[in-house]
Amino acid sequence: MTRVGGVIVMWIALVALPFWLPWIGGYTALGSKVLIYAIATMGLNLVLGFTGGLSFGQAAYFGLGAYGAGMTLKYLAPSTPLAILVGTLAGGLAATLLGPLVMRRRGIYFAMITIAIGQLFYFVAVRWNEVTGGEDGLAGFSRQDIHFGSWVYRLTENNFYYLVLLCFTIAVVIMWTILQSPLGHTWVAIRENRRRIEFLGIRVERYVWAAFAVAGTITAFAGALNALLFNFTSPQDLHWILSGNFVIMIVLGGMRSFFGPLVGVVIFVVAQDYLSSVTGNWMTFIGMIFVSIVLLFPKGILGVFNRRAVTT
Amino acid sequence: MQLLLFNAFNGLIQGVFYALMALGLALILSLNSVINMAHGGFLVIGAYLAYTLNPYLGFWGALVAGPVLAGGIGLIVERVLIRPIYKRPDPIYSLLLTFGLALIIEDMTRTIWGPQGLPLEVPDIINSPVSEDYFFVTGYRLFVVGITAAAAIGLFLLLRYTLLGIRIRAGTRDLETTSALGVNIYKLRAFNFGFGCLFAGLAGVLAAGVLGLTPPMGNSLLMPSFVAIIIGGVGSLFGAVVGGLIIGLAAGIATTYYPAASEAVIYLMMLIVLVVRPRGLFGEEGLFE
Amino acid sequence: MKGRVTRRRILKAGAALGASTIFSPPVLTFAQGETAIKVGMHDPLTGTYAAEGESEVRGANMALSEINSKGGILGRKVELVIEDDAANAGLAAQKAHKLIEQDKVSLLMGAVSSATALSVNQVAHEKGMIYMVTGGHTDPVTGAQCHWTTFRICTTTYMLAAGLADTLYKKFGGKWYFITPDYAFGHTLQEAYAKLLKGFGGTVLGNSLSPLGTTDFSSYLIKAQQAKPDVLINLCDGQDLVNSMKQAAQFGLMKKFPIGGGLSELEVLRALPKEAKQGWWTLEWWWDQPNTPHVKEWVAAYQKVHTDGTYPSARTWFGYAGLHSLAMGVAKAKALEPVKVAKALEGLELPPEIKLQPNKVYFRSGDHQLMSSEFPGEIIQDGTYPNLFKVADIVAGDKIALSVKDTGCKLDYQS
Repeated sequence: MTRVGGVIVMWIALVALPFWLPWIGGYTALGSKVLIYAIATMGLNLVLGFTGGLSFGQAAYFGLGAYGAGMTLKYLAPSTPLAILVGTLAGGLAATLLGPLVMRRRGIYFAMITIAIGQLFYFVAVRWNEVTGGEDGLAGFSRQDIHFGSWVYRLTENNFYYLVLLCFTIAVVIMWTILQSPLGHTWVAIRENRRRIEFLGIRVERYVWAAFAVAGTITAFAGALNALLFNFTSPQDLHWILSGNFVIMIVLGGMRSFFGPLVGVVIFVVAQDYLSSVTGNWMTFIGMIFVSIVLLFPKGILGVFNRRAVTT
Repeated sequence: MQLLLFNAFNGLIQGVFYALMALGLALILSLNSVINMAHGGFLVIGAYLAYTLNPYLGFWGALVAGPVLAGGIGLIVERVLIRPIYKRPDPIYSLLLTFGLALIIEDMTRTIWGPQGLPLEVPDIINSPVSEDYFFVTGYRLFVVGITAAAAIGLFLLLRYTLLGIRIRAGTRDLETTSALGVNIYKLRAFNFGFGCLFAGLAGVLAAGVLGLTPPMGNSLLMPSFVAIIIGGVGSLFGAVVGGLIIGLAAGIATTYYPAASEAVIYLMMLIVLVVRPRGLFGEEGLFE
Repeated sequence: MKGRVTRRRILKAGAALGASTIFSPPVLTFAQGETAIKVGMHDPLTGTYAAEGESEVRGANMALSEINSKGGILGRKVELVIEDDAANAGLAAQKAHKLIEQDKVSLLMGAVSSATALSVNQVAHEKGMIYMVTGGHTDPVTGAQCHWTTFRICTTTYMLAAGLADTLYKKFGGKWYFITPDYAFGHTLQEAYAKLLKGFGGTVLGNSLSPLGTTDFSSYLIKAQQAKPDVLINLCDGQDLVNSMKQAAQFGLMKKFPIGGGLSELEVLRALPKEAKQGWWTLEWWWDQPNTPHVKEWVAAYQKVHTDGTYPSARTWFGYAGLHSLAMGVAKAKALEPVKVAKALEGLELPPEIKLQPNKVYFRSGDHQLMSSEFPGEIIQDGTYPNLFKVADIVAGDKIALSVKDTGCKLDYQS
């Protein structure tokens, strides 16, 4: 029951965030970024931690979501919900269409194929200057207030945070439901013993495809929100280094736990934000965090508490 | 047509760099089973150490000292950081650890030598073009090809004809049995890792002659090296070399018609290989799957 | 501990410089009980552009100590809060949020990477905060994406081209081949040059687009050589420029035709090996101006603080002029309120000890672009640092800039 208690405490903390965060030296946009990255990494974790696929190119879908949202606002219509929808669909569609390429491979091949896809999207974003803004990134759009009939929800800093929190909640509920379902259980089974599941007659590849598609959609959802947070996106949102950071955040928090990615994101984003303000050598510290997590806490922070977590 | 030939030839020369990097990476991947994301970092170490030693040892001395020192640092890294994670079968750990190491190396390099780009002075005799028509075949590029060829041939000879080489090859196949046969696999893995880093350091010194030195210089050469290994075939050293040359060639040809896609084309090739024939050209089936 | 920028070091350096001014007036006490005015600065301190970022920060620090030794702004002490953006646009935007919400800065400045300038421009506009772009060159900042909040120190790509084009045409002829880095900066620079060239009656023989970060320029140099131009125009900057020039030298192209280009900087010149030190370029400021007052003193002041043997570069000046401009704007407006400061900055002219160049240097009202001069000239081949460049002319900015209408800027004050 402490698990349920912990989740409730977490939710209360998140809802009250704009009030207590500035007291400890934070700012609301940081909170929004943490939640957005949490959505992205929890989506990725469906593939990485629950299905056991080493996906190292997730940033591609994050970026697709971001560009989708940005381009909608810039070229199509000044509507925030539409932008989020388009972004999410763009990433989800890409993941679904590319899934068949990815689903048949494992281990390092799986990783490299996801990287290859990611880099291809990166290059399209960088070279297609007229549409995407190229190296300079996509600017000239901004999130629009949401109109509900006559009432307007103005997307100020704090209000946007609550929108993100709402999206986070929706994403969490969806993911939790899927993981509790037969689909989710099959994923875990695939991770634990792929051969055995194959012998049971289950088309493993289809399930990997499904995981990949769902993960892509959720990460794209996060990407769309990210573009709206900063009113900007650039090819760096598609780069494999961001993908690597996502993976690190998940391992940091604990791959096998549902909320592991959230914990990892909090630690990583806050550490990076704090360290880069106080020292020019923050990259060294981040690198040392990577190294010590791998050497000392391979199960991640939550993995320390979760005895069911196994390091394969 | 002539332009195409020029570019293809030129791409091949560029591919030599990739081949050198890929060779070191493949060594480490095959025997140590480590995905070394810090390979670019060892490239940087080799280059910067050569730069620092250049005034004292001259270019040729630095050419030897830089890579050797990089290899030495590789030995230390292997002992301290890599050895604890051998027993974990999931490759994600080596990947993330070396990723972090790469960040540390880049940052420390910038702290010690500064962010400013630095030139590596190369002896004049090897720096000028060799012929009028093929002006882009400079002495230095031929030098790079020569040194890389010598290093690759040296490695193959070592693997073929020396006891150490046989042990490394055996270890790649079946580490457990090799150990059971009485070979000290700790020393073997250490030496192998160091050797791979030496190759990276060598690539660094050679690259510095063309590109100069900057702390992030390893990053742009790292990914293409992985691509080279995949295309050439994971587990095959010969494949790594061939893979490097192929992607260099492909990038060169792409530059003729559509320069913007010259980097993208190598990832596209890797994608095709992974979908159609994941073991690559010379790789073995079932490895790493 | 080279390269480490912490807040404590900033304040220490400022105190040291303040204390070392020779004819310091009696120490002015800042208005008691008033909090300091904070200025937020974002620049890359890690990554590819770290050298340029560091220079800009050094310049800003020099300005900081000068401002504080004269009583600060509006009688209040000034603090500079520096954040590393690693040339990452998303991170820059995040840091901008941090500076505004957490550090509660009143003014923003910075940028080396154009993408970061654009992303922070968005944030500044959203928050209604004055933003002084120091070193991000992309044209839209004072063009199609201009905002009333945003001002810029460094010149536009059009100005860069216009400063040198005339000289190149007269010296070498009208058949030009271009190597252009394939991103907005390169494109607009090339278009500017092409337009100017056509105006002279010359021809563009060809244009090779090289992806940013290209390490191997052989194919473009091959094409250039085949075209047999009067002059090869190399528009790359930064590391790309170093690589392309090295390769051009290795291929012996320097002997075949002259090379000219767009922007160069002291940091880049320093990284060139001897054989690659050739050609005609434009700098945005140069330390060796024997006929301009105050420059020598400023260089000496720089070297008092930074004893590593370096000389100030254009980037240093950007940071210096940037912070001083903000201070002057606030002083003129007699308030920190952004709209008032913006109006005060429009048309503001920099005094000689800050502009450090001849010609009238002022912020143009229509697009908030500083009309500073271009320094076209030639690289000295056998030069050793810092004597690497010979300035041929100092061209006034407002003579070569595009008209406000042509930049596409429409300032969006909300009335």
